[in-house]
Amino acid sequence: MSKIVMNSVVIVVMTSLLLTGVVTMSMSQRSFAQLLPKQMQTPGQSNINGAGATFPFPLIDTWRVEYQKVKPYVNINYQSIGSGGGVKQFTAKTVDFGASDAPLSAAERAKATGAVHIPETIGSVVAAYNIPGIPDKGLKLTGPILADIFAGKIKKWNDPRIQSLNPDKKLPAADIVTVHRSDGSGTTFVWTSYLSNASPQWNQTIGASKSVQWPSGVGAPGNEGVANAIKGSPNTIGYIELNYALQTKTPYAFIQNKAGKFIEPTLESVKQAAADVSAKGLPKGDASWQKVTLLNDKGSGAYPIASFSYLLLPKDLGKSPNMNEAKAKALVDFISWAITDGQKFASKLGYVPLPDPVVKLDQDTIKSLTFNGKPI
Amino acid sequence: MTSGSVHINTDIKEKVSSFLVGDRKRRKIGDKLFHGLVIGTAAYTLLIIVIVVVSVGLGSAKIFSYEGFIGFVTGTNWNAVEGRESYGALPYIIGTLMSSGIALLIGVPMSIGIAFFLSEMAPSRLSSPLSFVIELLAAVPSIIYGLWALFVFRFLIKDWIETPLYNTLGPYIPFFNQAPFGLDVFTAGIVLAIMIIPIVSSISRDVMRAVPNTQREAAYSLGATRWETARIAVFPYGKSGLLGASILGFGRAVGETMLVTLIIGNAIGPAAIPTTLFSQSQTLSSLIANEFNEASSDLQLSALIGLGAVLLLLTMIINVVARLMVSKMVKVSPGDRE
Repeated sequence: MSKIVMNSVVIVVMTSLLLTGVVTMSMSQRSFAQLLPKQMQTPGQSNINGAGATFPFPLIDTWRVEYQKVKPYVNINYQSIGSGGGVKQFTAKTVDFGASDAPLSAAERAKATGAVHIPETIGSVVAAYNIPGIPDKGLKLTGPILADIFAGKIKKWNDPRIQSLNPDKKLPAADIVTVHRSDGSGTTFVWTSYLSNASPQWNQTIGASKSVQWPSGVGAPGNEGVANAIKGSPNTIGYIELNYALQTKTPYAFIQNKAGKFIEPTLESVKQAAADVSAKGLPKGDASWQKVTLLNDKGSGAYPIASFSYLLLPKDLGKSPNMNEAKAKALVDFISWAITDGQKFASKLGYVPLPDPVVKLDQDTIKSLTFNGKPI
Repeated sequence: MTSGSVHINTDIKEKVSSFLVGDRKRRKIGDKLFHGLVIGTAAYTLLIIVIVVVSVGLGSAKIFSYEGFIGFVTGTNWNAVEGRESYGALPYIIGTLMSSGIALLIGVPMSIGIAFFLSEMAPSRLSSPLSFVIELLAAVPSIIYGLWALFVFRFLIKDWIETPLYNTLGPYIPFFNQAPFGLDVFTAGIVLAIMIIPIVSSISRDVMRAVPNTQREAAYSLGATRWETARIAVFPYGKSGLLGASILGFGRAVGETMLVTLIIGNAIGPAAIPTTLFSQSQTLSSLIANEFNEASSDLQLSALIGLGAVLLLLTMIINVVARLMVSKMVKVSPGDRE
């Protein structure tokens, strides 16, 4: 009996070792996306592969399902492996489109020549908290105060700077525990960009990136990890995406905008942050988007922490190894649909629909795409 | 182990002689085939280690030339902001050793206790089902322990262990003086202990069972009690095996990733050096898991692979030290039959 057990254990161990070996070797390109069949095409069928940010995943996944009703022969396959991974896969041309919460940096653009940015939705980050005695949303905070809380300079909830903004609330004399994302994330990029914008000191000492060196606090993986750490422990504050806060009904702060008003993050107030984008002078799709920001919009009703989420496409689709003309047409049709008809699914999922000028800009960008030099 | 060598020898002889009756030529081909197969499987392990070392070496070359090997291993910054990049592995080396060390301190004594009960005291109608349950526990994926710890266990640890320790010892001993949050090195250590107990105890049980009965009988015949028998007859005979089991448990704890990521608190940079038992920290493997997907610059990617190189080196050192300890132990007690 024990011999049989031993033998089967040995067999299982050997097989799993072999499998690990095979997987490790084929994983040298860093992602499972490559392991997926790329050419499972039956005649007339198009399989479109994308990879990238986790933030727009629920929206893109809804598009995948809904677009099947519009064009049953187009299969969309989107892997939410993170913005950085999406940019890497896109640069290596292993996927047909990438998705990222942050625009390509100068270095990334240099590697992915001829990439175009197509904003597909607008994201927003909120400061969620768990303070005993304040069960509801609506604690008032400002950018500089948030920066000092996350830098560990404001240590107690009843700090005079917080209390004076909230005379109607009784804040406890407890230590503040900050919760941040432990994994690299577009959400962290938007949040630290906002803090850098609000506090020169934050900008100098810590800065903005997908992962930064937090001076204190607890790190948790993913939006759900941060939300769980906040919900499970009193006197905590952390940042999560708006749609996630709405779904989990975590209380969040109203944040002072450029006009001096304390704004509740809602789909409407975030939309206002992008209302005057045409006035901001957005760049063309194939130019650099690095300077584009929706932070601290001057509109009086605009929530100050918002950002575009981008789809990335090569300007000449013929350059991709897995592309043919029919597939390029299917991809372009899908994205045209996503930024117009597809936007009606956004609000229900907690995403902000694109304002009309941005849709117009996207359509111009899509028109400029080519397949081996020919317009599609 | 040389136990029961006489029995085994006669056993093998019988089997071989009955086998030898078969066709000679066919046996020769089979023998060659088997020879090749076994060499192939042995070569596989070498191949994998070579591939790992080469790819880790190539991947981390950039960070070692940027920070210097010593600089990387002793550095405490982990700054991925463009233009300010600086990487050091020290906080995560400490975090790894501390969480695994706590796991060993708690897990090994418990495992040996379990193994001792199963092999020396429990009647067989109790010990077989119990052994089965332990083997079942060893097969539970670690992420299950991690999620359970995140959603349930950490609150219990915080309320029943950490807070009392903090209230009673905190004011006097700096090592306990941090308001507990539940996601910290201590929690990670305890949950790692829970994770390694099944495997360590089931190997320890096998080690103790392999101790020949003559050893025990000798001790009992001298009038030793059960505990004395364990101390003078069972433990000395099996100590290299027990040490091996502990090292295996330590190895698992050092390399464990997702479980630790969920509960260690994932501090970063100098803040990740655990100054108290209830500090947030981070291990080498959890930092790799956290940042690999979104590593934006080549240097950050190389630094993460550099953490892998440090982890590889760390496990090698642990193994070498363990081997030295085993050989020293064997030398100390020449009276054993080994």
